[in-house]
Amino acid sequence: MKKLSSNFLNMVSVLSGIAVLAAFTLSFVYSITKIPIHNSQTFKLESAIRAVLPPFDHFDSKPVQMKDGVEVMKVYKAYNKNNTFVGAAVEATSNNGYKGPINVLVGFDKQGVIVDYVVLDQNETPGLGSKMMNWFKTRRGNQNIVGKNPSIANLSVNKDGGEVDAITAATISSRAFLFAIRNAYFAFESNLETTSGISTVQADTHKVLKEKIFKVNNVEKKGEKQ
Amino acid sequence: MKDSKFKILVNGLITENPIFVLTLGMCPTLATSTSAINGMSMGLATLFVLVGSNVVVSMLKNIIPDKVRIPAYVMVIATFVSVIEMLIHAYFPALYESLGIFIPLIVVNCIVLGRAEAFASRNTVFRSALDGIGMGLGFTLAITLLGVARELLGTGKAFGFIVFPDQYGALLFVLAPGAFIVLGYLIAIMNKLIRPLTPKGE
Repeated sequence: MKKLSSNFLNMVSVLSGIAVLAAFTLSFVYSITKIPIHNSQTFKLESAIRAVLPPFDHFDSKPVQMKDGVEVMKVYKAYNKNNTFVGAAVEATSNNGYKGPINVLVGFDKQGVIVDYVVLDQNETPGLGSKMMNWFKTRRGNQNIVGKNPSIANLSVNKDGGEVDAITAATISSRAFLFAIRNAYFAFESNLETTSGISTVQADTHKVLKEKIFKVNNVEKKGEKQ
Repeated sequence: MKDSKFKILVNGLITENPIFVLTLGMCPTLATSTSAINGMSMGLATLFVLVGSNVVVSMLKNIIPDKVRIPAYVMVIATFVSVIEMLIHAYFPALYESLGIFIPLIVVNCIVLGRAEAFASRNTVFRSALDGIGMGLGFTLAITLLGVARELLGTGKAFGFIVFPDQYGALLFVLAPGAFIVLGYLIAIMNKLIRPLTPKGE
C-alpha cells in the first residue's frame, strides 16, 4: 500500500480519524476503571482512618467540612457499636510546605489526644522533609507528637518557641506539618460541640483556643515577610 | 535495515540503550529514579507505552500523511499514556501515588516519539513490537540500575530492604545532583563494557 499523499483532505481526515479512535478507547477505559478508582480511593481513606484511630465500629462517611482561610479541614467522626463517640480523624492541609501542599490525616481520641497520624500527600524533599511520615511518631528527643494534646502542649518547632524537635535540615517542612496538625486540632475541637455527651467548647474558649493554637503561626508569617 | 529479530531486541537493551547510549528521556529518568522500585515501575510503564505506540504507529504508517505524522504519533502515544495512567490508578493505587505526576510525562518522553519516528514508521508491526520491547527493557534496566545505585548510596536500602543503616547514607544521592553523578558514572561504566561489542567506525 502506498503512503497517502499530504493533501488537505487526507491530513484532516486521518487526524480526525485517529482522534475519534483515541476518544473511544479512552472513554472505554475510563468506564471500566471508574469504579475501581473510586473504590480504591474510599478504601484508602477508610484504611487511613482506621490506622490513626483507636478501634471503632463505623464512621461518618460524610465529613464535617471547615474552612479557615484557604485551608479546608475535613472531620470524620468515629463511633462504637452503641454509637458512643470514639474520636475523630481530621484531614488537614498546609500550603506552607517546601514543595507544595502537605496533606495529613490526624486521629484524635475523645479527649483530643493525638492517637496517630498519616501523611496522605506530600512532595517534600526525599530524605529530608519526607521523613515527616515517621519522624513525628518516633520516640526520640522531643520529636514525638503522638500521645500529646495540642491544647496543652505547644506543638510547634522549638525555633518558634514550641516543644517539638524539627526534622534535621527540614524546618520549613516541619513547620508546615505541625501547622496542619494544629489546624486539624482546631477543626476537631470546634466540631465537638455538635456531638452529644461530650464537653462542649464555649464561644469565648473557642476564640482563646484558636489564638493559643495559632499564636505561633502569626510569628511564622511575620518572619516570612522579613 | 534488515537486522535479525534478535539483534533488534539487543539493540534497545545494550547497543542503543535509550539512557546509557542515546541519553534520551532524561527528565523522567532523573526524577523517578530516587528508589529502585520507583525507577522500575516507571520503566515498565514506559515499556508498555513504547510497545503499544510502536505497534499502532507501524500499523498506521501507510495511512498517515507525512506532513501530519508527528501530531498523529503524539495522539497515539498520549492515548496509551492516559490508558495506562487510568489502569495504574485503578489497580495499583500505591504505585500511582509514588509515580504521581510522572506518568502523564511519559507523553513527552522522547524515546517514545523517537522510536515511533525512527523505527516504527518504517518497519513491520512485528519488528516494531520487538523494538518497543527491546527499547522498553533497556530503559527499564537502566532506570532500575540508577534507582538501585541511588537508593543504596543515599539511604542504605535496595528495593526497600536495609543493606546498611540509614545514617551512613549520603543524602546527596537521593537528591537531583546525585542523579547526575550516578548517571555519569553508570554511562562511563557502560561505555567501558560496550566498547568492545560495537563495530569499529561507529
